[in-house]
Amino acid sequence: MGDLVIDTLSMRFDLPNGSSVQALKNVSLKLAKGELLAVLGPSGCGKTTLLNIVAGFLAPTDGQVTLNGRKVTGPGPERGMVFQQGALFEWMNVRRNISFGPDMAGRPASETRPIVDNLLRTVGLQDFGEKMIYELSGGMQQRVALARCLANDPDVILMDEPLGALDALTREKMQGLVLKLWKETGKTIILITHSVEEALLLGERLLVMAPRPGRIHKEYRLPFAEMGVGRDLRLVKKEPEFGQRREEILGMIWDMEEEIMGRQEETA
Amino acid sequence: MIVFLLYLVIFGLAYVAYRFWERSRHHIHDFASLKTVTFGDESAVSPNRFASVVSIIALFAIWGAFTGSVITPLHVPGPFVGDTSFTYTARNAAGETDDAVAHLRVYRVGEDVPLPEVSDKPHAFAVDDAVKIGAWRSVLSRLNENDIGGDDPGYSLIAIDGQPIAPGETVRFSDGEITMTNKGSLSIKPDKGWQMEPIWLPAPEAVLSRLGEIASQGYKNFSLWEHLGYSLGRVIAGFVIGSIIGIPLGYAMGLSNWFRGWFDPIVEFMRPVPPLALIPLIIIWFGIGEEGKVILLFLAALWIMTIAARAGVSGVRISKVHAAYSLGASKWQILRHVIVPNSLPEIFTGARVAMGVCWGTVVAAELVAADRGAGMMIVNASKFQLTDIVILGIILIGIIGYGIDILMRMAEKWLVPWKGRG
Repeated sequence: MGDLVIDTLSMRFDLPNGSSVQALKNVSLKLAKGELLAVLGPSGCGKTTLLNIVAGFLAPTDGQVTLNGRKVTGPGPERGMVFQQGALFEWMNVRRNISFGPDMAGRPASETRPIVDNLLRTVGLQDFGEKMIYELSGGMQQRVALARCLANDPDVILMDEPLGALDALTREKMQGLVLKLWKETGKTIILITHSVEEALLLGERLLVMAPRPGRIHKEYRLPFAEMGVGRDLRLVKKEPEFGQRREEILGMIWDMEEEIMGRQEETA
Repeated sequence: MIVFLLYLVIFGLAYVAYRFWERSRHHIHDFASLKTVTFGDESAVSPNRFASVVSIIALFAIWGAFTGSVITPLHVPGPFVGDTSFTYTARNAAGETDDAVAHLRVYRVGEDVPLPEVSDKPHAFAVDDAVKIGAWRSVLSRLNENDIGGDDPGYSLIAIDGQPIAPGETVRFSDGEITMTNKGSLSIKPDKGWQMEPIWLPAPEAVLSRLGEIASQGYKNFSLWEHLGYSLGRVIAGFVIGSIIGIPLGYAMGLSNWFRGWFDPIVEFMRPVPPLALIPLIIIWFGIGEEGKVILLFLAALWIMTIAARAGVSGVRISKVHAAYSLGASKWQILRHVIVPNSLPEIFTGARVAMGVCWGTVVAAELVAADRGAGMMIVNASKFQLTDIVILGIILIGIIGYGIDILMRMAEKWLVPWKGRG
């Protein structure tokens, strides 16, 4: 048990102009507890739709998602989310943001306080607990978002391009943090990203999706996440296999984008 | 026109003077001072407080200069006041001519002055006259009335200070001008100068002393504080009721299709209707008492607060709501901990607008019908030409309106420090 099962998901909806969109078609996937799956693909491949279905914000037209044997019908605290940016509550300080989940569940402050202290230390914000969100840099805000998600102790963490809005240096640091948290907490993680390099670095498993209809194009099992835990990620990037994989996947996505462009030109 | 030109001149001179002064003083080396491009860089433009102070001083200086105020040393020429005279030449029915002097005494209206003394002995047949004229006024006088034979047909005035005059013509004498009417009377107008008569524009100190008088004795059965307090009380009552109903309504419209569909036509229709246009209907329905005014202000605040709350809900980032759901929050908790705090900045903006509109509306409503209130005070005073009370009322209304806005802004800074930083 402890598995996340995505079973032949399809999603199709009508547009106001009468045509319909097949956002996902027959996507099946099984994640064991503690696996880190990175999802990569050109825009329009349905990767965010997939994540939203797993989170319970969207209902699929076909298929289902089960977590620990229970069917997902809506959002719930056992599936935590980390968004790109702007999902923190700027009217609360860092501490109250992190304890939001336990607070909403009605857990007493005496119980949540040590949890929050611990998480602040884990994400390296021990001196920032009383700061307001808008006083923090973008990287620090994402650390708070990670801690807030972990405070609820979810079974699965869903990350929707959590590092997408950060500058390159901060991003690299945060990638290290994500790996560290993954290893320390043993959470199942699904990470959506635009960056091939990030997907390779963080994805123990890597899913490349193709657009129109959104579907799984190719799946990999990669050694780099395991390699990168507690190490300088730049060393991982220098591995010859890393370079190879990167070229391979970049080529794959290039081809997909070319194909989309071509199809658009045909219809135009 | 003259006032406007003078204002432009003061504006220009103050600017030039400031630039000279600035060049001579030690420069502040903050970041903005190092910017070479300031024209078009909005962030480099901040209000020059020196200019603000000079601006206010200039307004009072011009006001004082044109009203002969004691607060300004410089005045534009005032009206002629004091004794003067002119000589008129009369021709009697027999064709003989004679000169007499008209003694004029120009006094400040409100003062009690006697007529100038003259002898009533005729020169040949014309007799000297004494005339009393209020400053800024003119009198119509038949100077030949007391002359010997002055009422005879053929008796006429032919010259003023040696200048010939005929019906319809105007001539100047030393301190004013004289126009002869078609019937041969003289309209005597002493020089008015450039200053404003107090009934048009009283001096600043007159307004100030009126403030002291009204503050201690009241006006029309109510003290000044009652007048202002009633206006303010009506605004607050209307605004509070409008908010209590408008904010939940706005939330409902932001959260439910049915509510939005139901109330959209009403809100969108009522929004562009100026509250002032409702005054007649409100008076017909509720009379001129407190009830009608509070309802009017309630209607003025209601739509603004509804729209602000609705915009506040629409402005919630979906990722915040999603995050809260994923953290296990219930609908009620999301409303309480996410939607309400997220909409507060919008609601505060709406509240500032609503308070401004309510304040304007209450004054207008009191202008139409009220037994007390700031608006009633000025409209009542205007009927008696008590211009100083009118100006005083306008200044107090302005200060209170400005004060309300400052208080709202302070409250906003204190209560929603995250505004614009989400």
